Amino acid sequence: MALPSYSTPGQRTFYYLYLFFCGTVFFFLIAPLVAIVPISFSQSPFMVFTDGMLAFPPDPEAWSFRWYRYMVGICTDKNLTTPCSNKWMVGTVNSFFIGFTATFIATALGTLAALGLSRPHMPFKGIIMSILISPMIVPLIITSAGMFFFYARYNLVYTFTGIIMAHVALATPFVVITVTATLIGFDMNMVKASQSLGANPTRTFFKVIMPLILPGVISGALFAFITSFDEIVIVMFMASLDQVTIPRQMWSGIRQEISPVILCMATCLVILSIFLLSTVELLRRRSERLRGIKPR
Amino acid sequence: MLLRSVDDQHINLVYPLTFKEYQKWDRKDLPPEEVYKAMYTELGSVIPNIVDTTGMKKAEMKRKRSQEVGKALTRMNYSKSGWKSMIKKTRRQILKNNKKGEIPESYKETMIEINKGWGDQLYWQSMAQMLEPRTAIYYWNAVDRTYDIEKNVVMQEENRRMYIKTWWKTLKVSIYVTIYCLILGFPVAHLLANLPLRYSNLLMIFVLLPFWTSLLVRTTAWIVMLQQNGVINGVLVWLGILSDDGRIQMVYNMTGTIIAMTQILLPFMILPLYSVMKVIPKSHMRAAMNLGAKPSKAFLKVYLPQTIPGMSAGGLLVFVLAIGYFITPELVGGKDGQLIGHWIAYHLKTTLNWGLASALGALLLGAMLILYWVYNKIVGIDNIKLG
Repeated sequence: MALPSYSTPGQRTFYYLYLFFCGTVFFFLIAPLVAIVPISFSQSPFMVFTDGMLAFPPDPEAWSFRWYRYMVGICTDKNLTTPCSNKWMVGTVNSFFIGFTATFIATALGTLAALGLSRPHMPFKGIIMSILISPMIVPLIITSAGMFFFYARYNLVYTFTGIIMAHVALATPFVVITVTATLIGFDMNMVKASQSLGANPTRTFFKVIMPLILPGVISGALFAFITSFDEIVIVMFMASLDQVTIPRQMWSGIRQEISPVILCMATCLVILSIFLLSTVELLRRRSERLRGIKPR
Repeated sequence: MLLRSVDDQHINLVYPLTFKEYQKWDRKDLPPEEVYKAMYTELGSVIPNIVDTTGMKKAEMKRKRSQEVGKALTRMNYSKSGWKSMIKKTRRQILKNNKKGEIPESYKETMIEINKGWGDQLYWQSMAQMLEPRTAIYYWNAVDRTYDIEKNVVMQEENRRMYIKTWWKTLKVSIYVTIYCLILGFPVAHLLANLPLRYSNLLMIFVLLPFWTSLLVRTTAWIVMLQQNGVINGVLVWLGILSDDGRIQMVYNMTGTIIAMTQILLPFMILPLYSVMKVIPKSHMRAAMNLGAKPSKAFLKVYLPQTIPGMSAGGLLVFVLAIGYFITPELVGGKDGQLIGHWIAYHLKTTLNWGLASALGALLLGAMLILYWVYNKIVGIDNIKLG
């Protein structure tokens, strides 16, 4: 989309302005994420760039792993300026536990739902799809308020079971959508072929359907995982005080003690998201290649 | 949740006798002696049978009762402030009297003696609005209105009006965020859709990485960027645009909320726009210009109309998400950047006015469903794409 050689100076100016504008927007999108990484290695107890960090040549005194030590719960500092506890680590364990369990259930449910919904003769397809997707559209605060009232009736509030169930409800739509998208290019004749060759439905599912839709299932699972992992509103309402998760710990960290420990965790989460993003990208390309569509 | 928003049974459950007598009263002057007697007896009795108590232990029964009474008193206080303290005070006095074995000659006078409020007609009349088991009062409260004594809907007192303002603010912020996202997202989506694949895939990371990153991480990042000693102020001071003591307050107010929300929701605008623009053939623009249209005219007449599905999809998505946003405004918004989500959480967690919280939520849900329906009409719900 380079400019043709006959373009006028006006067009050139416009084109460069346009590129500049797009560059600014990209910068706007990514700058906050990049900015927090160096600050997390700072020595100072505030979330700022210190003079020492900006000095040239860089002052090694200004940089440290101090806050990372706080994060993993090694409290060897003599004078503590910020509370140092193992809460972050407890939160990490809880987050992964809730995340994995919710992902597992949501993936199983969502895949089955998508398989059923993509059958041509499924009755009430539209209504079921709308209900399934509604947790994605309805504001979280409403969902969590409703869930709070509902779960309170069955004594599920303040339990891991309750949180996991709520997360499953939130995460399932993502699985349904990604798997449905994979199923669009799925050739149903293969199911018939496998059945005519004598495989029972279970065997057909695991040997024929599953390998083909696996990329969609995995990326759906990743979406489900990040949804649950990143979820805070429900956790805030439904979790008891000692059921901390990473987002909740960050939330209370931001509200009470603004310390660079939050940024350390944030940096870790950015790295995690880079990892997830590249996995999803690779899977998407693989799935498109499998179905014979040229990768975009 | 919807049931909760119209539920108004607390008092009938807690003081059933009084309510029976109360219904007979003609609502003029002060209620007759029987009402006072019923109230006196009920306040004085220790465990009335308000809930099904079969099989409960005594301690549990007691806890349940005080829970129900607490709810009822809170509800009474909504209709007229002062109820709660009056009842508590009277109850203490009556229990004392009962212990001494005193039985009042006139229940009415004894009660008025204990607290003057019992002789005040306003209190008794305010009870009238709690007679029905279902009520719309929370919905009226959610739009700054309340009942007066005759059960007419009137505006709240001046200093208690805030929800209409908050609704407007929520709407305003959502519209601003949607417009900014459109302005920023459109050129970027256009660039991504028209660049050769290897560049656009690379640049796509800039859009997808924030999309995949935790919401709280991005919010924290914006606090770091925008605070008074933050990165942006630092850069501006370093460039000499601002003096060191003239740093701008950008966070913990409306500006911060809008900036942060725009960045957080921008990917939701870019992705649908991109998928629409990707399929518009480039030859259309060339054909238009070949036929003599200026680039600007070709763009407006040929390209722009074709992107409208993408714009409406992205716009609605951003708008719907913005209107229910809670985390970012709560952390970045400070005092004046709070949206309606804040009040729902506030009434749910802090004041425990669950009726009002549910009513606010139900109104928001209603608005959302309408938008959802529109969205479904325009783009179809199956067309949501991720990543």
